Amino acid sequence: MATISIDNQPFETDPSKNVLQVALTVGLDLPYFCWHPVLGSVGACRQCAVKQFKDENDTRGRLVMACMLPAADGTRVSIADPEAREFRASVIEWLMVNHPHDCPVCDEGGECHLQDMTVMTGHAYRRFQFKKRTFRNQYLGPFINHEMNRCITCYRCVRFYKDYAGGRDLNAYGCHNHVYFGRAEEGVLENEFSGNLVEVCPTGVFTDKTLKNHYTRKWDLTTAPSVCVHCGLGCNTIPGERYGQLRRILNRYNGEVNGYFLCDRGRFGYEFVNHPCRIRQPLWRKSAGGALEPAENDDLLQHLGPLLANRESVIGIGSPRASLEANFVLRALVGRERFFNGMAETDATLVAEILFILKDGPARSPSLHEIEQADAVLVLGEDVTNTAPRMALSLRQAVRQEPMKTVDALQVPRWHDIAARDVIQENRGPLFIAFPGATRLDDVARRTYRAAPQDLARLGFAAACALDESAPEVPGLPVEAQELAREIASALQKAERPVVIAGVSLGSKALIQAAANVAWALCKQGKPCALSYVTPEANSIGLALLGGERLSTAVRVVEEGAAETLIVLENDLFRRAEESVVNRLFTAKHTVVIDSLESGATAKAEAVLPAGTFAESDGTFVSSEGRAQRFFQVFPPQPRVQESWRWLRDLMATAGRAESSRWQALDDVLAAIGEELPVLRPIIQAAPPADFRVAQQKFSRAPRRFSGRTAITAHADVHEPKPPEDADSPLTFTMEGCAAPPPPALISHYWATGWNSVQALNKFQSEIGGPLAGGDPGVRLIEPMEGAKAAWFTDVPPPFTARAEEFLVIPLHHIFGSEELSILAPAIAERVPKPYLVLNPADAQRLGVTAGDEVGVQVAEKECRLPVTISAELPKRTIGLPVGLTGLTGISLPTWGKLEVTAS
Amino acid sequence: MSNCDMERPLTAHIRPGQPPFDLKHYEQVGGYQSVHKALKQLSPGEVTQTVKDSNLRGRGGAGFQTGAKWGFVPMGAAAPRPKYLVCNADEMEPGTFKDRHLLEGNPHQLIEAMIVAGYAIQAEVAYIFLRAEYRRSAELLEKAIAEAYHSRYLGQRILGTEYSLELYLHTSAGRYICGEESALMNALEGKRATPRARPPFPPVVGLWGKPTIINNVETLCNVPHIINRGAEWFRKLARGTDAGTKLYGVSGRLRKPGLWELPMGTTMREILEEHAGGMCDGYKFRGVIPGGASTDFLVEEHLDLPMDYESVQKAGSRLGTGTMIVLDDRTCPVGMVHNLEMFFARESCGWCTPCRDGLPWVEDILLAIEEGHGRERDLEILRRHCKWLGPGMTFCALAPGAVEPLQSALKYFENDFKQHITDRRCPFRELA
Repeated sequence: MATISIDNQPFETDPSKNVLQVALTVGLDLPYFCWHPVLGSVGACRQCAVKQFKDENDTRGRLVMACMLPAADGTRVSIADPEAREFRASVIEWLMVNHPHDCPVCDEGGECHLQDMTVMTGHAYRRFQFKKRTFRNQYLGPFINHEMNRCITCYRCVRFYKDYAGGRDLNAYGCHNHVYFGRAEEGVLENEFSGNLVEVCPTGVFTDKTLKNHYTRKWDLTTAPSVCVHCGLGCNTIPGERYGQLRRILNRYNGEVNGYFLCDRGRFGYEFVNHPCRIRQPLWRKSAGGALEPAENDDLLQHLGPLLANRESVIGIGSPRASLEANFVLRALVGRERFFNGMAETDATLVAEILFILKDGPARSPSLHEIEQADAVLVLGEDVTNTAPRMALSLRQAVRQEPMKTVDALQVPRWHDIAARDVIQENRGPLFIAFPGATRLDDVARRTYRAAPQDLARLGFAAACALDESAPEVPGLPVEAQELAREIASALQKAERPVVIAGVSLGSKALIQAAANVAWALCKQGKPCALSYVTPEANSIGLALLGGERLSTAVRVVEEGAAETLIVLENDLFRRAEESVVNRLFTAKHTVVIDSLESGATAKAEAVLPAGTFAESDGTFVSSEGRAQRFFQVFPPQPRVQESWRWLRDLMATAGRAESSRWQALDDVLAAIGEELPVLRPIIQAAPPADFRVAQQKFSRAPRRFSGRTAITAHADVHEPKPPEDADSPLTFTMEGCAAPPPPALISHYWATGWNSVQALNKFQSEIGGPLAGGDPGVRLIEPMEGAKAAWFTDVPPPFTARAEEFLVIPLHHIFGSEELSILAPAIAERVPKPYLVLNPADAQRLGVTAGDEVGVQVAEKECRLPVTISAELPKRTIGLPVGLTGLTGISLPTWGKLEVTAS
Repeated sequence: MSNCDMERPLTAHIRPGQPPFDLKHYEQVGGYQSVHKALKQLSPGEVTQTVKDSNLRGRGGAGFQTGAKWGFVPMGAAAPRPKYLVCNADEMEPGTFKDRHLLEGNPHQLIEAMIVAGYAIQAEVAYIFLRAEYRRSAELLEKAIAEAYHSRYLGQRILGTEYSLELYLHTSAGRYICGEESALMNALEGKRATPRARPPFPPVVGLWGKPTIINNVETLCNVPHIINRGAEWFRKLARGTDAGTKLYGVSGRLRKPGLWELPMGTTMREILEEHAGGMCDGYKFRGVIPGGASTDFLVEEHLDLPMDYESVQKAGSRLGTGTMIVLDDRTCPVGMVHNLEMFFARESCGWCTPCRDGLPWVEDILLAIEEGHGRERDLEILRRHCKWLGPGMTFCALAPGAVEPLQSALKYFENDFKQHITDRRCPFRELA
């Protein structure tokens, strides 16, 4: 520890920090622009100037930048020094030379760091009397709006986009007071993390274009802590609503999970909540073959009650995208044996395997923050940029860990970004990517290995064997794969914090087991190797913890006539199983589907109950890390819509099940879960209960400056309506609430006096860039067994062998396109590729096909014609088929398929 | 060139108006002897020590001890590799044309120097970072480098010794900031030419993160002579405490503007009156920027100053590049300063706020004053810029250098500024 003096007040601090970090950590206000907690210090904006004094006798001092000054023991600075103040005001004055006075029409207005810092420094009157410089703006795609005239040249955008996120198409151009941040030419920003520019930019240069389409000021947004629903990582979000419409998503800081950043799917996928295909009222098909028609809630429930009264004839199909609470109430309604988890068949197998490995094995599942700290990484058969996008951003930081050792050796502070990058240059730590195609992380990988899924698994098994001779051998492995396996083993062994990553996206159990063998081999040597599995959906792991039978069993039960009534929870089964399989399920006599959006499943149902989306519901998801996290209603659902778990509870009630009367609020359901499933009991701790109060008060969803409450309905009635009540959480839907900062799981917006932008987050952390005050939210449900000595997996698959007439069809995931809900958001839809298939050039040549030709493909029961893309990265005798695109849903991959080439 | 019988090691073999010596001719007059001596008779440490003993200081403007700089380079088997030597030939300081004289006059002298310097720090690779517009220098250097490779002064196992050096000529894309050594490294790496932070210093973390020495052309050209003739000889060349000779240049309304190699510490009066022949008829001396555009004005009272690092610094300016721009009594100081600030504002890299947004404002105000639109409070704004663009306030030394002529002009020529503002016109216009 070091003691530094700021304005003659002593502060204890970690000397590895800089003075700006320390000042902000202890709650002092010191303005800054170019510095960012994770992007580090570059000393460009000169805004955080303080006066430094040599010692107590030094009265003159000299101005230095706090962000560039190590917090070494005995450092003496003054923020209040008149010269320092004057200089800081001058910096704002310079920035304002060219900054337009367009705050009233600027989307950033009201949550603008530049506004805040301007007020903080006290600069108010313009002395500059000459012409401002102007720029032309660019079209940057559906996510980001560009307004360069507002730029204050802090360089944060390119430092995030290029240096941190590995983007290549945003640059600084020009020089002197004419530096331009944009693309070489207009066009869509390619990087999957471009949306973070909205928060990284301290003013209104890069703003959220989707918000612009239905703009609302920050102070008029109602916001709540939420969790992203678009993959399994469980990034924390802050969705904002006005007039019943979701307007945008902001990052919600969680030091262990997503930190400061989200992926573009998570940020811009939200508009499915506002989709015209939302189901807004119960629907009832009164006669078979008739149409679904609007129905009264009571009529429909009364109709369904008797059907559900006999539990033995009802089965329920849960969903990996529905909350634990909803799945649990469904399970309670139908009984444990008649609850089916609703995952795709392969996913169910693989997620169960993952759960077994993480629960019974010695390797721990790392948080994203831990992955960021890894100094050697093996990715076995996962294109994380497209299946768990935020993890790719963490891996881009992980490759800097090993070279950081040189930075440390030179005694360059890690926060000193310029110096650290000058030292590191293009050096990257070990990252090995094994995947049957190119991935977006290849540019930072030490080695890539392209092969069919089972050959990737063989590489993994071989690496495990190279680490530990007792692990199963891989007979017949090609020499170059053997060498690579040894290289991987050696790099992981040398590392202090190795991580192995695999997942379900290639549908290969062997990959998952191979990854476990590698991690376990290291654990056996006492090396704390973390093992991360990418799971497909927001609650895949939660659902696996809850249990439930397979979909195939459900089909059998229905066909055996043992299920008259089928209840489907938030699940478009046509995306998870072959059409024929789902159709067989829907032969049940009565079918009830609870969901928020029209789907193939709702179209077949007898009764459809309108569910709230994540934004209109409370609940718990368990992320792929095994972290249970609570999400809260952002706004109450429309009157005839309610949370899935409430529909299910109502169904229980109408079926005469007494226990449902106990489930009035979310906490009642949580308590029931805890009672019945000890493994899930800790989820109660994921957030404070609904009766949690500070100073007898709840916490507000609306910010203090919310202006619209009395005006919203004034055209109809000048009386102020009673605000909706929330029995499920300690949050109010209004601006009334406790003024003190909420516990971390309840943070619905960042605001502090003088800090209106997202940078107010500083005031919520226990240490700048560290955990939130009170700890990062979420509870880990899965920890490795103490002293576990899991036996090796020994099912080493044989090498991939081609078939004469068939191709192995490999699933290729797309960040924009493969996920069910986000593709309904117009901005995401613009980025979804057109369906295609990929062939290796050798196969293409053999078939006489060139890029762009249409070929017929027959996979499982699907037949379609698709244009061909050719990629040498794809293994021979395989076909790459994008997952989830229009016409390509409901195909279980990998599988064998046929190509039909006809002359066009 | 003056014909005094003083020693002029740097320019002895330069024949103005004639092509430079080719390698053979250069060898005949003693060229490349220092390479033979250093590589065959001296250890790298001995070369560095000799340069340290010589008290050679950087001729690019900062005046840092060259030998001391070399001494910071990690040596021995554990040192990071490769190590780099860079010659800063990005001579873009307004009024400065001394390196050009050396480059065009005797390129082999520089190559010889770089081999010896490279040997001293055990560099594997050397670059000459050349100003974009110096096309003639580029041609001559290309030719000389090819000759040196041909004669095994460059490449693998130079002269059969264990030492190898690859030398490349890199022609700049043309920005003033590239002359700032850390921005130069970024430019050389293909990055934006913005300065780097120090520490870490280039001898430890330089080009591509490796140990790197960056020396000015004139600095390096002294090295062969120091090796050949010894540190003491070199120290004694100077008149004052600083060592060696110096290329002094003069531009302005003088009878014989030009460039001369003179003992370090020659007085300004001697340079201006004896070598440059004094002011043209009808023009009076008003002031001088002693070391390139980024140094403070000096005036009549300073004429007897020895032109060495310490003396000029004591007078409130800097020796800089030692190439003077003289202001006469018929040229508008406001216009002159505006011209300089226009240059600096344009050449700001745009990295830090005070420089990027402050200098264009200064330029705007100076133009307004010059054109008769100035206001009384503009002088206050200018003075604040002189203060807030000073050393430590900005990321690199460009802006502090840029405001040096401005702050001294406001001091020595304040009345000229005021007259512009009160008369609402430039009083020099009709004199021009």
